Amino acid sequence: MAEPRPSPAILATLAWRNLWRNYRRTLIMLTAITVGVWAMILFSAMFRGMLDEMVSAGLRVLPGEIQLHHPDYRDDPSVVNRIDMPSGALLQALQQPPVTAWTARLKVPGMISSERDNRGVQLLGVEPDGEIALGFQPDTIVEGRFLESISDRGIVIGRKLAERLETELGKRVVIMSQDPDNEVADRGMRIVGIYSARLESTEEINAYVGRKTLQQMLGIDDQISEVALTGGNYRDVERWWQDIAEAAGDDLETQPWMVLNAYLGTMIEVQSNFNIIIMVVIFIALAFGLVNTLVMAVFERVREIGLMMALGMRPQWVLYQVLLESGMLLFLGLLLGNVLSVATILPLQEGIDISAVAAGLEMGGMGSTLYPELALQDMLLSTLVVMVLGVAASVLPAWHASRYNPIEALTQH
Amino acid sequence: MTAISCKALCKTFTQGDQIITGLDKVSIDIDAGEFVCLSGPSGSGKTTLLNAMGGLDKPDSGEILVGTHRVDQLSKGDLADMRLRNIGFVFQAYNLVPVLSAQENVEFVMQVQGVAAAERREKSLAILAEVDLAGMEDRRPSQLSGGQQQRVAVARAIVSDPTLVLADEPTANLDSKTAVQLVELFLKLNTERGITFVIATHDTRVMDYCRRLVRMVDGRIVSDDRRAGKAAGD
Repeated sequence: MAEPRPSPAILATLAWRNLWRNYRRTLIMLTAITVGVWAMILFSAMFRGMLDEMVSAGLRVLPGEIQLHHPDYRDDPSVVNRIDMPSGALLQALQQPPVTAWTARLKVPGMISSERDNRGVQLLGVEPDGEIALGFQPDTIVEGRFLESISDRGIVIGRKLAERLETELGKRVVIMSQDPDNEVADRGMRIVGIYSARLESTEEINAYVGRKTLQQMLGIDDQISEVALTGGNYRDVERWWQDIAEAAGDDLETQPWMVLNAYLGTMIEVQSNFNIIIMVVIFIALAFGLVNTLVMAVFERVREIGLMMALGMRPQWVLYQVLLESGMLLFLGLLLGNVLSVATILPLQEGIDISAVAAGLEMGGMGSTLYPELALQDMLLSTLVVMVLGVAASVLPAWHASRYNPIEALTQH
Repeated sequence: MTAISCKALCKTFTQGDQIITGLDKVSIDIDAGEFVCLSGPSGSGKTTLLNAMGGLDKPDSGEILVGTHRVDQLSKGDLADMRLRNIGFVFQAYNLVPVLSAQENVEFVMQVQGVAAAERREKSLAILAEVDLAGMEDRRPSQLSGGQQQRVAVARAIVSDPTLVLADEPTANLDSKTAVQLVELFLKLNTERGITFVIATHDTRVMDYCRRLVRMVDGRIVSDDRRAGKAAGD
């Protein structure tokens, strides 16, 4: 006997009308799903915004989403492990999308001495425009100015370093490092600018000088320690950093920010997993309500289910109908939850002032303003979690309904 | 041609410590086009026999043949298909789907059968007119009287041209006038369409019209009389 194919319209009609039979109960459940979905997306947006802030702050310290070095530079960051300026395939890759900006630095350990004290620092021989394009913010210069060219003869130091050296803008300091022949190379420089950074450790360690000036001091030609580049969106780096590595060849070590700063890289992974955990936890709370609603809905119409089965409805169609009912409720809740999320999160993207609780977060690289970020992938993830788990939670009451004996169901009161 | 054939059906129920005999070696053959009443006091087994014939309940032993289908051997799904294609049911308590209109209730079986929308609509409107419910197609069951609801149930039972209609105490909740109208409707459908009717009832108003009266007591058939029943309008 060939199995009849029922019109899906009847299942949809029954599911939809049964949903609104007890409209108060449905509205309560719908509200719960809507708020749950909204909470999932809001939480994800806030966490994503917080993480963006942390990574952006971290990248401002690096800076550059991808860096290229001599293979031994990370073990021994001295002038010995220097590289040539980019050329050929690498230069071509750096000058086209997805790369939006790049710069070359000479970065060596050194000493800085004022007339009162001295400190170990990281001397950054930079090209000012390239650094700004890469993320250095000129407004972090709190006194004086930033460097003007690669041949600038001044030095820009952090506020904390100036404090430690008991020096100030306009005063002269001496910087020292080792040249390629392990001889001491030094030079007197005037402090032309003082910058502030989110972290005091950054202010203490990084001292900016013109790249050409530092090269001359160390007696090297136009050679550098690293090439740093950005593509504008740090989350996309994963997709294309290996293209740069390929263009750079085996003579250079190419590393994305996730490797250069393992802490931040781990945070991104944690975010994805944490989002799913939070969504599942919120959903589990919802699931009790959903299952209760369906159990009650099924329990209230045992006779009807018995009648439909007596008239020739196969058990699996009863199952589909209850699942469809649950699916419709979930779909409506998801729709409303997503609309509510967009309506409430978009205005918050201007920033939420969290200065009252920001002091402790500063160590993690957070600022005093949180910028929630509404991401399509978070909305899709919450939709997936709610739909998959929602339908899974509905299987039991639906299956129970499909197992009724028609005659027993028809005689129930 | 035999519409339904039962051989040595046995069925017992357990109620507490008691074992109740529902059917005790019941055998009966009903030909196509017959108008049969199963009568007897409460607990005599008439509803049990009706449910077994319709594949709603399985006998403990015995054979049931509806058309070419061995009802007692079919799986749950195949039983559903057999009921869908061959049998129309009319129950005591109207048993309409409350969220569907009269027309949608009538179309329900055809929708499950997968009949096209235009054909469903045409057939359902015609059958509702035949049971004097024209103009009430969009009413929900709660907006219909008991008699009207039962006529919708009859329309649903016959709309897909079943070979057999099983009715369980169809007049139990109806007043005399409505009960007579309903049984005359059954008779008309039996005469004009040749549909076989098996009606479990202890309503004498219904029994008066039947052409074959089967009396049951304690799960056994005690008499099986063929006679000239009342005609519609008598």
